[in-house]
Amino acid sequence: MKYPAGPAPVLPDRFAGRPVISPTCTGGACAGCGDLCPSGALQPQMIEGKASLRIDTGKCLFCRACENACPNAAVKFSGEYRLAAASREDLLVGSGSEAFAPALVERARKVFGRSLKLRQVSAGGCNACEADCNVLGTPAWDMGRFGISFVASPRHADALLITGPVTANMRLALLKTYQALAEPRIVIAVGACAISGGAYAGHDEVCGGASEVVPVDLFIPGCPPHPLTILDGLLRLIGRGDLA
Amino acid sequence: MNANPLLRIRNGECFDASGVPLVSIDDLRETILTQVESGARIASFFGTDLGRDGGKTAATPPERVRLICVLAFDNRSELGVIAADAERAYPSLTPDCPQAHWFEREIFEQWGVEPIGHPWLKPIRFSPARSCSVAESVSVVPAPAPDCFHMQGEEVHEVAVGPVHAGVIEPGHFRFQCLGETVYHLEISLGYQHRGIERALVARPGPRTRHYIETLAGDTTVGHMLAYCRAMESLTSTHVPPRAQAIRGIAAELERLANHVGDLGALAGDVGFLPTQNYCGRLRGDLLNLTAAICGNRFGRGLIRPGGVAWDLDHERADAMLALLEAVEKDVRSAVELMFEAPSVLARFEGTGAVSAETAEQIGLVGPAARACGLERDVRFNHAYGIYRFATLPVATWHSGDCFARAYVRWQEIQRSFEFVRDQLRALPAGAPANEPGAAATGKMVVTLVEGWRGEICHAMATDAQGRIAAYKVVDPSFHNWFGLAMALRDQQISDFPLCNKSFNLSYCGHDL
Repeated sequence: MKYPAGPAPVLPDRFAGRPVISPTCTGGACAGCGDLCPSGALQPQMIEGKASLRIDTGKCLFCRACENACPNAAVKFSGEYRLAAASREDLLVGSGSEAFAPALVERARKVFGRSLKLRQVSAGGCNACEADCNVLGTPAWDMGRFGISFVASPRHADALLITGPVTANMRLALLKTYQALAEPRIVIAVGACAISGGAYAGHDEVCGGASEVVPVDLFIPGCPPHPLTILDGLLRLIGRGDLA
Repeated sequence: MNANPLLRIRNGECFDASGVPLVSIDDLRETILTQVESGARIASFFGTDLGRDGGKTAATPPERVRLICVLAFDNRSELGVIAADAERAYPSLTPDCPQAHWFEREIFEQWGVEPIGHPWLKPIRFSPARSCSVAESVSVVPAPAPDCFHMQGEEVHEVAVGPVHAGVIEPGHFRFQCLGETVYHLEISLGYQHRGIERALVARPGPRTRHYIETLAGDTTVGHMLAYCRAMESLTSTHVPPRAQAIRGIAAELERLANHVGDLGALAGDVGFLPTQNYCGRLRGDLLNLTAAICGNRFGRGLIRPGGVAWDLDHERADAMLALLEAVEKDVRSAVELMFEAPSVLARFEGTGAVSAETAEQIGLVGPAARACGLERDVRFNHAYGIYRFATLPVATWHSGDCFARAYVRWQEIQRSFEFVRDQLRALPAGAPANEPGAAATGKMVVTLVEGWRGEICHAMATDAQGRIAAYKVVDPSFHNWFGLAMALRDQQISDFPLCNKSFNLSYCGHDL
């Protein structure tokens, strides 16, 4: 794989990446797309006095329910795989917001720029995010070439990579794992569940995302995120200069 | 008692909820024991509050829980349903029928109905009992992991693993009782992934339903969606067009292929055979990408919908997939044959983690784990549905019950699935990819079985007087099979646990729901 020096792998034509809201959006009253959204990702916003919508990609399940319902073709899921952001606010996509996550955490780049050891904790998801994290270790993706790898112990790790909404039953184990990482440490939330609770937000059985338990430095949206989206996020974290 | 009080139905057949024979708890016990003795399996056994408001017998006192059992008669392609109302307790089935073990623990945990005489009555998800209606909110206080079985003796030691594991895997707690390197007993404690899906399916109907089903087990999105959609189609009398059936079959077999190929790679990795591990790691990705070629998502999210499929396959796309499939098939063959020809691999696979056919039958194993013990159990064959009624797949079995058998059954299935997908892509029936489902019938029930890549998926659904979901019970194949892993570890070296574990590769989230 030539990426990131060369072109990124070609994603399928039906892939649902970063949503784009066009100025023709009238705020959702037309088709009731807000009620169709399974995770409450659609939020009203006013642009120059005109009603419109924005999508919280941290909640979005990329199911296209809003796109399919929109009579004005105002919501489109593009093929753009770059979705990671350093703050929850930067995950909001509205009409006119085109910015990608810039080089993320300066502190992170300085400390971990040459290698990043990740301890993964699966905290109540469906195992799809975990599966696509594992993929990054296979030969073609080979994130080891950037000095990034998963390690077996939090004692060996620079960063905690969390998937799942954090179930009540996993809360303690997650906290203990976090506390076992030496400082400075980074926390990465991968997938809608870990960012916002995803499809399980509001359930009594879950905490509603990693931020409810530990401070999060990097959010990687998706349900699940494509391996390329995850890798892009990790590379931004360590400040790889060759990323667009 | 009536000699044969079961309601006989077919896989996916819609029936009146009031038509389920409601017998005494003693008769329910007697029926289950007799039928299992003569070869039936417990496909599902669960509590509901149907006896209170959703059911037809409003006279049932509110403190009762309606227990419903679904038995599978594989040789006759039939299911049998029977129900009884239980109060606080009843005599446990498990001492006479080990495959009831996990189900009775779940009923106790969810409904507070105690199976008296159960040999190991502990919660399976350590969530507090919902002693009242599923629709009511419960305040969830995580209970500490309950104490485990301990072996006594001066040189005995205990090894505890999890819930956070060394690799990128789901959480679970394993407790080994060892003497030296030998495992005498393994206790598996789950529940860390419990996120309340079953309760939400009833309490929060709406646009999330699809996502709940798709994420019951994220690696079995197609399998669980087929079970859900077939149930909805049955309740709404919706005909699924042949074209949709074929595309569903392609998606289901691609899911099996991706996971089986990934598993063979991981098994190779666990015995240090790196070529196959690395090849299969990449090839699994190629197979996931084939699913993404249909619907944009590698796990098949958004592909299956009630009434058919949400994405169609035109000629061009099918041809492109066919070309990719053939290239992947060639690579898979050479990667896997390399492994099965290596004496060092075979020496580690053969005889490791063996489960006898007798044990497999008793504890009710399903899927490749059961077929590896020589049991001919495959829903695609025994209770054929959808495309499998027209394109029959032979049941792949092996007799040795060990890690080799679990690997080899997968390899046989991989070859059949490649052939199946190729055939379907070459001859897609014309017509629409979906029909629009109407309103669900009221007061009905349906049970759907689907052969997911791990084995039998069972969904049971009942509607209330308004056609809303009044009860929903999911049984992931892992629910049947986790105890099989514990049995496989007996008298094994503890260092063989990763290999044995991978040879089952069970779902934590599918179990914990």
